[in-house]
Amino acid sequence: MLQLFKFKGGVKPQTNKTQSVGEPIGVAPLPSRLFVPLHQSIGGTPRPLVAAGERVLKGQLIGGADGWISAAVHAPTSGTVRAVAEHVAAHPSGLTTLSVEIEPDGRDEWIERTPIDHGALAPERVRERLREAGVVGLGGAVFPTHGKLTASKTVPMEELVINGAECEPYITCDDLLMRERAEEIVRGVGVFRDLLQPKRVLIGIEDNKPEAVAALQAAAAKLGENFAVVAVPTRYPAGGAKQLIRVLTGKEVPSTKRSTDLGVQCFNVATAYTAWRAVAHGEPVVSRIVTLTGNVERPRNWEALLGTPLAEFVALGGPKPDTDGYLMGGPMMGFAMPTMDAPLVKATNCIIASSPALFPPKAPEMPCIRCGECAKVCPHELQPFELYWFARAKNFGKTQEYHIFDCIECGCCSFVCPSRIPLVQYFRFAKSEIWAREKEKNAADQAKARFEWKTAREEREKAEKAEKLAKAAAAQAAKKAAEAAAAAAGEAAPAPAAAEAATNVPAATNPPLDAEAAKKAAIAAALERARAQRAAVEPKNVDRLTPAQQKDIAEVDARRQQAGIEAPPTAPEESQP
Amino acid sequence: MITAIAIMALGAVVLGAALGYASIKFKVEGDPLVEKIEAILPQTQCGQCGYPGCRPYAEAINKGEADINLCPPGGAEGVQRLADLLGREVKPLDAEEKPKAIAFIDEQTCIGCTLCIQACPVDAIVGAAKQMHTIVPELCTGCELCVPPCPVECISMEPIGENLDNWKWKYPVIELKKVA
Ligand code: SF4
Ligand code: SF4
Ligand code: SF4
Ligand code: SF4
Repeated sequence: MLQLFKFKGGVKPQTNKTQSVGEPIGVAPLPSRLFVPLHQSIGGTPRPLVAAGERVLKGQLIGGADGWISAAVHAPTSGTVRAVAEHVAAHPSGLTTLSVEIEPDGRDEWIERTPIDHGALAPERVRERLREAGVVGLGGAVFPTHGKLTASKTVPMEELVINGAECEPYITCDDLLMRERAEEIVRGVGVFRDLLQPKRVLIGIEDNKPEAVAALQAAAAKLGENFAVVAVPTRYPAGGAKQLIRVLTGKEVPSTKRSTDLGVQCFNVATAYTAWRAVAHGEPVVSRIVTLTGNVERPRNWEALLGTPLAEFVALGGPKPDTDGYLMGGPMMGFAMPTMDAPLVKATNCIIASSPALFPPKAPEMPCIRCGECAKVCPHELQPFELYWFARAKNFGKTQEYHIFDCIECGCCSFVCPSRIPLVQYFRFAKSEIWAREKEKNAADQAKARFEWKTAREEREKAEKAEKLAKAAAAQAAKKAAEAAAAAAGEAAPAPAAAEAATNVPAATNPPLDAEAAKKAAIAAALERARAQRAAVEPKNVDRLTPAQQKDIAEVDARRQQAGIEAPPTAPEESQP
Repeated sequence: MITAIAIMALGAVVLGAALGYASIKFKVEGDPLVEKIEAILPQTQCGQCGYPGCRPYAEAINKGEADINLCPPGGAEGVQRLADLLGREVKPLDAEEKPKAIAFIDEQTCIGCTLCIQACPVDAIVGAAKQMHTIVPELCTGCELCVPPCPVECISMEPIGENLDNWKWKYPVIELKKVA
């Protein structure tokens, strides 16, 4: 039996999971419209590849991955693209994001799918396939999976940790997936194992899901894989990557390092499942399992198409009349969906209908009494009350000294705080302020560098020009001196005559003088051009003239004409009042 | 007595030499305060402060020739930070604060005169003579210097609104108890 370790802190909130595990995963019916956001994962925003009016098939690429860390997006069903436009995002801000609106045709017709044999292909090809299939971390972080599947050259891969802990209350989508589709999960883990070549594979599941543990153990045994399926103690946040790694391997990942630096890589069970579908069935990620629970008549897990609007999805569960909102994610880390039009996305693991009875409004925040409870439960051993103090005072430098970026926003501290301080909200605020400032600073540095560069370039150009002019002047002077010397020594024709002759003498007989003539011609041409240009621009002092002044000008012009003098260019029509 | 004086004198000579050496060896280039002031300025290089760029303005502040509230892109926050750095009093900004915007060239109208390229202090415009010009939005600082030179008025300033990339979590609102 594997020795287990403990992570620091953590809390035991009510799990509220039993409500939604009673029924098997249901397949959600086709919604009337789908709004598929192009940006659904960390990294580059995929470029739209379809236009309004186009017919698409299920699984057809509609957003091409942009850059290596980016994942493609596909049409969740067959139908017609109605628009590629901004649509409200599944995001706490309620802002919009570029989305592809698809009207399903009801046929759910797949595009041609080509399975690959991952064992026979080079690892790059397999990673490429996962990228094209839009496989991302479905535990919530939505980091493109292929980006985590390159074994480090310096650190040998020791453990591959598969995360089936699902520690957050209410959420049961991974539990049901493990119960019903264990074999495909195990095969997907096999793909990861083949790419990373770790010494051990550990699958961690919280011990409140015995059915899932049994199912995965059976599947691993059936497929002859020696994966260790381990029940870990139920304690929030055991499903945090660093916490699960700690529990299973005893390795403490310091904040300055990534788990791969210690030879550990971690994936979610649902990610392994979609990876297997992509490899063995050629199916891109077009749907996911979403728990619908909370204040609804029929809590259950649904396999729903990505892009399903919230309103149509929650109708499946029958929200009770006193429902006053919907959370995406769990009660600890989730956020309120902005509108009923917001779509389900790859990161949506759970929708909780809330009601005043279920989540009573918090009593107002009280001053911090520095009881230290928050520090006791923080799994990252931070000092939330100090962080809170500095975040509240907007002293962001200090929050960084107290390691605010180690905070995983797990919400344990807010959960235990007797003064009901929304600590995590302060931390999110501080983090996004710091990020914004960093961005501004980078932009300013870049602007400064570019400005200095441009200034230097202009100086250089000026210097070069001056040098050229100086050289030309020197040459001219030298030539003049030589000519004068020649005239004096040879006592040839007088100088003015020579200059006169220069214009008529053919080029071949007198090259230096000819060059002189060409230059003169060029200067004359330039003068002519300058004159023409002056004529083309309106003089500054003649716009906005009063009618009286105009009359004066007309009179002057008339007199001039009489005297046979050319009139100066007048201002164009539109500048006259 | 003599030895004591000799020892003290020797100590003075040695320490003096060490200090002299250190002052040469660890000489600080430039004026550190100017650098600090400049680090606060937004580097928009727009000249709205009346100086030909952020660096000259920083130098003017350092010399006490300029007030600290002349930089509109820096906004009230910039004034606040300058005041904190220099220990001066916070003053209201000597201009109205505008939301950040970036320039946009109407590519249908652009005649390719290159005048805007010459005006842009950060080389954020790409184009060539008689070719359509365009602005690289990531590099544009929003200084508006390219707007007046354009002979066909095809450059406009487009405010950047809130989007998912620059959205920030708000400061938690503290509920106040209702007054009975
Ligand atoms: S738990 Fe709340 S009251 Fe106690 S120290 Fe932390 S922030 Fe302060
Ligand atoms: S939210 Fe952050 S500070 Fe609070 S317990 Fe979790 S990791 Fe610690
Ligand atoms: S106004 Fe501000 S941004 Fe513009 S040049 Fe002056 S200091 Fe720089
Ligand atoms: S493009 Fe225009 S507004 Fe933008 S930095 Fe250049 S000159 Fe300033």
